[in-house]
Amino acid sequence: MKHIVNKHPLAIRWFHWLNFPLLAIMIWSGLLIYWAYDPYAIKLFGHTVFKFFPEWFYQKYHIKRRLAEGMAFHFVFMWLFAVNGLLYVLYTLFSGEWRYLLPKKSSWREAWLVLLHDLHLRKTAPPQNKYNAAQRIAYSAVIVMGLGSLLTGLAIYKPVQLYWLVFVCGGYKTARVIHFTLTIGYCLFFVIHIIQVILAGWQNFISMIRGFEVADTNTAKIIVKRTDDERTT
Amino acid sequence: MNELPEDRAARQPKDVEPYDRKKVNRRTFISSLTFLAGGTLAYFGWNKLYLSPKETTADATAGARAPLRKVLDANGNVFENAVSPDHLARTYPKAMAAKQPRVNGDVGIQKEVEDNWQLNVVKSKNETLQITIDDLRKLPKTEFAFEFKCVEGWSQISHWGGVKFSDFVKHYQLNEQAKLAYVGMHTPDEKYYVGIDTPSAMHPQTLLCYEVSGQPLSATHGAPLRLIIPTKYGIKNLKRIGTIFFSNDRPRDYWAELGYDYFSGL
Repeated sequence: MKHIVNKHPLAIRWFHWLNFPLLAIMIWSGLLIYWAYDPYAIKLFGHTVFKFFPEWFYQKYHIKRRLAEGMAFHFVFMWLFAVNGLLYVLYTLFSGEWRYLLPKKSSWREAWLVLLHDLHLRKTAPPQNKYNAAQRIAYSAVIVMGLGSLLTGLAIYKPVQLYWLVFVCGGYKTARVIHFTLTIGYCLFFVIHIIQVILAGWQNFISMIRGFEVADTNTAKIIVKRTDDERTT
Repeated sequence: MNELPEDRAARQPKDVEPYDRKKVNRRTFISSLTFLAGGTLAYFGWNKLYLSPKETTADATAGARAPLRKVLDANGNVFENAVSPDHLARTYPKAMAAKQPRVNGDVGIQKEVEDNWQLNVVKSKNETLQITIDDLRKLPKTEFAFEFKCVEGWSQISHWGGVKFSDFVKHYQLNEQAKLAYVGMHTPDEKYYVGIDTPSAMHPQTLLCYEVSGQPLSATHGAPLRLIIPTKYGIKNLKRIGTIFFSNDRPRDYWAELGYDYFSGL
């Protein structure tokens, strides 16, 4: 027998899908800003492995000489990005959804088993609720990263008025490096996220839009049971 | 995780519901439609914003998309109100300053400076003070090294010396003028011009600067007199000041006319 298994509350779906274009705009406009001073590179033993970013990349995506434009978009959409992120965090706190999202004690160990399973090196995955251990870590980490972007961004934006924040970030230059690195982090997150979503299949994807999955009774029972276990731990 | 048994009972039925085809279809239809509508709205909304016309001869600014400029100006107001003489840019020991600070622009100073350079200070329609560099050197000198920040993203610790703008205002009895909202400055050829909110101009680290690295300003750094304003990006640090005036309207600003933020405060 089939069941409707509710997974993502409406609010979380809205926050998620609003965040996607907002973060995309922040990354794109950030790129327009970064071009104006682009010294970062991955270096090994004094040898440049990868320069952020190669000339062809700037050319292809029309990044060059658009600093003013980039700043304008960045400092308008930062408000929307920040507010959406803040509301998401508040929602998860007050709704209790944080229970499914924050890593548990066992998550750190289980995340390895999930990874091995995903890489087809292990047959079984640890039992899970809405999110597996690796997801709990990833989805919590990306929120911490968001907070990091917000704080380092503010430090770069108003380094005199928020001098204490610059100090916390390790200085103006360091704040910019962190801000940039976090952005690269989002891009890596995005790549892995998309691959996982494709692998997880249609039911999983559509549940991020309609909120529920249709599952047969056995799966539903497991989900209920896990939910129960979790609440008593 | 502690949860009351009644909470658990209340939540349980919500997680799993009996299968109901109509319900599934209805919920799938409504949410998919909302998703597509939202996506379409976002797409056209973005297009509209991206293709929105540039601001039309607004006061003192140009070059930015009109809706974005509105928000930039609103941001400017928020942070302009927060300008405080207590927020000091961090200063560093002179030894940490670059020996040869970076030179990054020559708008308004391409030709050699006139030998008879004088600073014009417009007190009123009928009264303009003319001040020589020697007059300014007689006023109390302030010097410090700070991290100069360019709007491009680079920064550099450099060491500057001159007279505080606030000391200058006091000495030349410009207190009435300094009650106006903005200070305007431009190069003698008027090719480079900036507008500064008066609280930022009166900030204790704002200098009418005539020395860099302990030496008289070089031509490329804006000899004989330039603005050093650590609470703003480099674009506001006008070189070779020709004229200073005061106004309640925003004075024209070179980079703000090219799409940059008018306030450009740090």
